[in-house]
Amino acid sequence: MAVLEVLHWPDERLRQVSEEVVLFDAALRAFIGDLEATRQAGPSAVGIAAPQVGYHRRIVIVDCSRTRKPVPHHGHLVLINPEILSREGYALGREGCLSVPDYTGNVPRAEHIRLRALDPAGGIHEYDMEDFEARVVQHEIDHLNGRVFLDRVVNRRADVFRRKR
Amino acid sequence: MNEWLMLTVVGEDRPGIVARLSRELVQAGAHLGEASMLRLGGSFTMMLMVRGDFAIDALREDLASVGESLALHIHIDPMTGDLHQHRVPEVRVHVHGADRVGIVAEVTEVLAGIGFDIFTLDSDVAGLHAAPIYVMQIEGVAADGVEAVEAALAPLRVQGIDVRVEGIETLVG
Repeated sequence: MAVLEVLHWPDERLRQVSEEVVLFDAALRAFIGDLEATRQAGPSAVGIAAPQVGYHRRIVIVDCSRTRKPVPHHGHLVLINPEILSREGYALGREGCLSVPDYTGNVPRAEHIRLRALDPAGGIHEYDMEDFEARVVQHEIDHLNGRVFLDRVVNRRADVFRRKR
Repeated sequence: MNEWLMLTVVGEDRPGIVARLSRELVQAGAHLGEASMLRLGGSFTMMLMVRGDFAIDALREDLASVGESLALHIHIDPMTGDLHQHRVPEVRVHVHGADRVGIVAEVTEVLAGIGFDIFTLDSDVAGLHAAPIYVMQIEGVAADGVEAVEAALAPLRVQGIDVRVEGIETLVG
C-alpha cells in the first residue's frame, strides 16, 4: 500500500465531479488500500474521498470509531457510489479538511441521513446515520461532487442565533 | 519584507470604513494578514495584520488623512507571530445571565485556574436597557478536558450565571 499525494485547495481537480465505479476488481481493491494508507498518514482524518488524491471515482472511506468523545458509528466503512436517500434536521459543526490545511470552520449539515452505498465487492447496503458520522459522509460526498467545506462554511459567530429587538 | 504589524482601528460605524482603509493600505504597498473586524457598541473596530516595505511611522503618515476624514483612531504596533498559527479549539463555554459586574472575571479566573487556553471570546450585552443580559462564548483548549471545565464552572451556577460546556469534535476529512 502506498501513501498518495493529497491535493490541496485551490487545485482545480478538487472541483471535478467524480464518476461512478462500475468495475469491482483487483485494481479497485488496490486503490482502496492506498486511499486508506493515505487517510491514516494524515492528521487523524475520519474520512477521505478518492478525488482528494486526484482519482475521480465515487469512493470514500469513513471511520468514526476513534473520536475523542465516542459517537454513534458504523465502524470502518468503504462506501462506493454512495447516495443520500433522505436528510433530516440541521446542525452546525466544526470541520477541517486534508485538502484545506490550517483552517477550520462551522458548517451546517443534516443531522440524520439515510445512505445507500456499495461495498468493495459490489454488495448493496443501507445505513441510518446521525450527527458526526452523518456529517463526515456529507463532507466526503461533497468531494465526489467537486465541493469542499469552504463552499459551505458560515460565520464563526453564527452558531448562536440572536433576534434583533 | 518587514515583520508583521498590528493595526488597531476604532471609529463610529459608517459604511465604507473597510473599503477606504484597505484601499489606502494597498496603495501604501501593504499585504494584509488575518483580521477581526466587528461592531461593538455602535463603533466599528478592526484588528488587522499588515506587512510591507515601510516603517511604522511612514504607514502611520499614509493612513493619517483617511483616519482624519473618517474620524478613526488608528494605532500601529510591531507584533511577533506569523500566519498559519491556527489552533483548533476543543471546548466551548456558553455563559449568560443578568448583566452585573464581574461575570467575565469570575468565569475566566476559574478557566485560568485549570489551565484553559482561550482562543476566542465573544460577548454581547443583550436584553432590555433596564434589564440587560450578558451573553458570552469562549472557545479554547482545556488541559484536562471538557469534564474538568464542567466541574470547575459548576459552582458559578448558584450565583445566577447560566453556564453550558460542550466539547468540540472537529471533523477532518
